[in-house]
Amino acid sequence: MIALNTVHKVFNKGKASAVTAINNISLNIAPGEFVVVVGSNGSGKTTLLNLVAGSIFTDAGSIHIDGNDVTRMADHQRSKWVARVFQNPLSGTAPDLSIIDNFRLAAIRTQRKGLSIGVTGNFREKVRQHIAILGMSLENKLEQPMGTLSGGQRQALTLVMSVMDSCKVLLLDEPTAALDPRSADTVMRTADKLIHDFKLTSVLITHNLKDAYQYGSRIIQMNEGAILRDISGDDKGRLSQNEIFNWFS
Amino acid sequence: MDFYLTALLQGLCFSGIALGIYISMKIFNIPDITTDGSYTLGGVVTAILLTHQQPVYIVLPAVILAGALAGAITGLIHTRLKVNPLLAGILVMTALYSVNLTLMGRSNIPLVGSKTLFDKLPLLADPNQNTGIILSMVVLLITLLIGYLLKTDFGLAMRATGNSETMIRALGVNTNSMKIAGLALANGLIALSSYLMTQFQGFADINMGIGIVITGLGSVIIAETIINWLRITSAWLSLALVIAGAIAFQMVLAVTLSIGVDANLLKLVTAVFVLLIVSLPRLSFNKN
Ligand SMILES: Nc1ncnc2c1ncn2[C@@H]1O[C@H](COP(=O)(O)OP(=O)(O)O)[C@@H](O)[C@H]1O
Ligand SMILES: [Mg+2]
Repeated sequence: MIALNTVHKVFNKGKASAVTAINNISLNIAPGEFVVVVGSNGSGKTTLLNLVAGSIFTDAGSIHIDGNDVTRMADHQRSKWVARVFQNPLSGTAPDLSIIDNFRLAAIRTQRKGLSIGVTGNFREKVRQHIAILGMSLENKLEQPMGTLSGGQRQALTLVMSVMDSCKVLLLDEPTAALDPRSADTVMRTADKLIHDFKLTSVLITHNLKDAYQYGSRIIQMNEGAILRDISGDDKGRLSQNEIFNWFS
Repeated sequence: MDFYLTALLQGLCFSGIALGIYISMKIFNIPDITTDGSYTLGGVVTAILLTHQQPVYIVLPAVILAGALAGAITGLIHTRLKVNPLLAGILVMTALYSVNLTLMGRSNIPLVGSKTLFDKLPLLADPNQNTGIILSMVVLLITLLIGYLLKTDFGLAMRATGNSETMIRALGVNTNSMKIAGLALANGLIALSSYLMTQFQGFADINMGIGIVITGLGSVIIAETIINWLRITSAWLSLALVIAGAIAFQMVLAVTLSIGVDANLLKLVTAVFVLLIVSLPRLSFNKN
């Protein structure tokens, strides 16, 4: 589903401050795989995700999503396949727009934003049902501006928004880093449920090693722009939480 | 009394500027000052076409397109060449001065002998009332159109572009194209404003746009103060307040003149008035 072929990324190329953020990484992620990425600060995790999403472009190598060469495609073009949840809850939603308006935009992520009114009675009902699965009683606050909600509520809604339109790849960059432990737990469980229910191919970056242990079908550890460890299938299942902890000592 | 009637009619003429500035500044969050140039351009195109006896269905679209083109160029310079939007606007506004002067061939075009929109549509016997009713209908129509637009999927994408760019790009919107479209729309409305004003005052002048951006800013700031104060979320009500802001702004200027302030000081008074409305909420906030 996602194929990276010797992808390379240097920031500030040619200057004294040049950083090789991604060092010739090749990586294949199969359909339905749930990849958890761990690694110390600055190891290139966010850069990797941004390269897949198209917010930044590779210096060398190619990227394919669902068999399409997207190497030179902009982020808004790759949104045909890719939905994202950002570390900052503010980035994934528009604060001044109501919940329902945010959902409308998410529901036409892969489509043209035309000159007709899409927020209809039917649409409201559909959104209400989708939001109800969160169990946060937000389904009756559809007209409320997004900005009035807590970070946890917004992250949970962003997750639901990502499956409002056809979605193949879900990219999550530390979605719980800005949340309190309880909201973080809710958001992680919602993510896991949606990923399974909608059979999404997903990449989750996390600093929470407990989550890295608990979730996902494959775990990748990054270090200095390269893949240090890559464990999937039964081997991931056999991995203990302590072993993952020891990777960082 | 005539004084206030004129202010009311001028306020209606300036509604297009107020809506345009509302779109660029409040919806897209872009400080666009192409305004002075696109406003004059609208007047120039109106005057030239009217003095060549062109019909409304040619003049109006031509004026809006001319304004939209000016806005789109500012948008292109800002998004493609990554130039600060204020500078992009100043560049286009400056360039437009020469364009306008060249188009006019002189510094003033009177509309004597040409039939204006108000002459062509004699709905009421009293000319002032006639002008008022026609202006009200035009303003109502554009307000309804903009209000509808903001509720469509495209309108939501516009609003999100100014509100959370990361989000809306991830949701498949090319924010650069969207900003170009937004500035085109804003300056199209500003040119429409000038189309009305030129016919109302009976001439186009090369200097008619100087400082006109403050009229739009003032109207939007009056509206915004009320919107924040009453915590208004309805898009319709917000647009109505922007129009009310445009009229209130002209009323304040009329009062200023009527109490005997020198007309030469009008721009100074305008600037101070806008400064006052901007700073009043903050001053009272500081006390708390
Ligand atoms: N836009 C940028 N400009 C310059 N350097 C950057 C930029 N983004 C990331 N980097 C650098 O690239 C490296 C990898 O960063 P990042 O991918 O954010 O790491 P992580 O998400 O694993 O903490 C770091 O050294 C970081 O300083
Ligand atoms: Mg990071």
